[in-house]
Amino acid sequence: MSSVTYDHVVKRYTADITVVKDMYVEIKDKEFMVLVGPSGCGKSTALRMLAGLESITEGEIRIGDRVVNNVAAKDRDIAMVFQSYALYPHMSVYDNMAFPLQMAHMKKPDIDRRVRSASKILGLDNFLSRKPRALSGGQRQRVALGRAIVRSPKVFLLDEPLSNLDAKLRGQTRIELQKLHRELETTFIYVTHDQVEAMTMGDRIAIMNAGILQQVGTPGDVYDHPANLFVAGFIGTPTMNFVPVTTSDSSAKASGFELKLPKSVPAGKGMLGFRPEALTDRPSEISTLEMKVDVVERLGSDQFLYGQVGSDAVTARVDPRMKVEPGDSVKLGLDVRGLHLFDAQSEAAFF
Amino acid sequence: MTVAAAAQPTSSATMFSPKWIAEHLSRWPLHIAVIGLTAAWMVPTIGLLVSSFRPFSGQATSGWWTAFANPTTFTISNYTQVLSAGTTNLGQAFFNSFMIAVPATVLPVTIGAFAAYAFAWMKFPGRNGLFLALVGLLAVPLQLTFIPVLSFYVQHLHWTTNNLEATGIPGLPWVPLWLAHAGYGLPFSIYLLANFFRALPSDLFESAEIDGAGTLTVFFRIVLPLSVPALASLVIFQFLWVWNDLLVALIYVGGTPSVAPLTVNLAGLTTSLGQGSNLLTSAAFFSMIVPLIVFLSLQRYFVRGILAGSVKG
Repeated sequence: MSSVTYDHVVKRYTADITVVKDMYVEIKDKEFMVLVGPSGCGKSTALRMLAGLESITEGEIRIGDRVVNNVAAKDRDIAMVFQSYALYPHMSVYDNMAFPLQMAHMKKPDIDRRVRSASKILGLDNFLSRKPRALSGGQRQRVALGRAIVRSPKVFLLDEPLSNLDAKLRGQTRIELQKLHRELETTFIYVTHDQVEAMTMGDRIAIMNAGILQQVGTPGDVYDHPANLFVAGFIGTPTMNFVPVTTSDSSAKASGFELKLPKSVPAGKGMLGFRPEALTDRPSEISTLEMKVDVVERLGSDQFLYGQVGSDAVTARVDPRMKVEPGDSVKLGLDVRGLHLFDAQSEAAFF
Repeated sequence: MTVAAAAQPTSSATMFSPKWIAEHLSRWPLHIAVIGLTAAWMVPTIGLLVSSFRPFSGQATSGWWTAFANPTTFTISNYTQVLSAGTTNLGQAFFNSFMIAVPATVLPVTIGAFAAYAFAWMKFPGRNGLFLALVGLLAVPLQLTFIPVLSFYVQHLHWTTNNLEATGIPGLPWVPLWLAHAGYGLPFSIYLLANFFRALPSDLFESAEIDGAGTLTVFFRIVLPLSVPALASLVIFQFLWVWNDLLVALIYVGGTPSVAPLTVNLAGLTTSLGQGSNLLTSAAFFSMIVPLIVFLSLQRYFVRGILAGSVKG
């Protein structure tokens, strides 16, 4: 149980290949922190530096108060679950889980007690004598978790542990992982490229892109107040609508509509963002826009409209009872509380 | 050698349906090829077996296949002669062969495994260059090394069979041969194992590192158990090569009966005029027994899919 600090950490492979740039983030004790970003954004490298599998080019990583830059992986008091599970194929489930404890020269009865209690938590009691190849994907995944749990480490590192599971099992395991986090009361650091996993599991989310940490915040924070265009576009499905606008003081003009902004901004070019659910089927006086609908997707609980507003592509999420057919033109209201404006140059959010 | 679990072509078609027939017919060329090749490789051995039961006169005058026309001429005298200690000293030669082949197999495989692990998974300066040089050594004909190595043994170390025997230490006369075989076997052994080790998933090594396993522990508890198929094939290969080797043994230990292996002994059975060549057939069969046992006992380690379940589903 411990906090983790990335103190201006840099990972550079060669002079011009830098995969993690000046990363600063403090992860609190017992927190479930999710590192999320598109593939190649440096999130796995960040995790592997913490695990001790990659060296740190610049900066410090601290676990608790201890700088671990030069501490061997095994002495960092961490456990890691790999995307591929990395189970030892020639060992039984029991031996797989006992292996880290044997390496720590723990006594046999202690090992036995820990392995059995971990396997009980994970529901692996009946599979202890099996080899990994005789297990299903979900069971293997739990063995990998078990191998991490038995050591009762200070920090759990999980590198995309769900990406090899099918959709149904993934949803189930997501819930189990959250339960596990509550039971173990340990710091979890979880890497994923799936923003749904990030949103559902994280106490806080750290969003990375191109080696740069974009924003750190609770799921609600990053969803409602994205710091920049990238975060706004990365979090949420369907993605946020982006419409180029020309701003002057507190109004914004797009190709198909014009509206008053809640705050005044400098005049110039901007990118207006609003989520599909900010559009409603009730046109309002302040901001109404007319949408030419191309595609209608009915999902039962939701209805998505894909179409054009002016010359910009827009997605709307409306009441499933609203009657719309492709080709229709509909008037939609835009909830100004859901508006975001980004600088066209720097891509940073005005609000 | 494949480690991935090979998919068995299982047929779901009902028997004798057109699909079933098509599936089975399509495999016929394969079956014919396999059976044909097996037969072609078997013929000389069967010929040797038949000949070993024929008298010298028969062997010298007609082909082995003609023997079936006249089964009464079959005899076991070749075997009894070879086995009678007075004529051939087969027991001693057998023992010598063992004493030569076992260390000459264990040494290059063991050292090779350590070296291969370093080449595959440890970073050190000059690794690639060294490995390249090693692969280059595979192409060096070993005959080229006889004179320099032997002169080094004899002139600098004074390792002659006589000198070494004179020390009275059992096994010592074979040391030059063990080292020579280890040297000749190492390049291939390292090359084969390094390639095999390299193919092991890197996640396993990282996981073991985090679990607290040191380099040696990883080697003994993870790499070796997972490499049993490669090790088994290497052991078979090296053992057979040493067991059947005549030239290297002749060079380094010579024909002294107390140390010479079976191959040297067999070669001595026949004179340049062909006398005693009938004994060669039965003696060759004796020498084949051991490789057969080695092969059959290690064969079960060629388990396919040994890595199944390790990474991904």
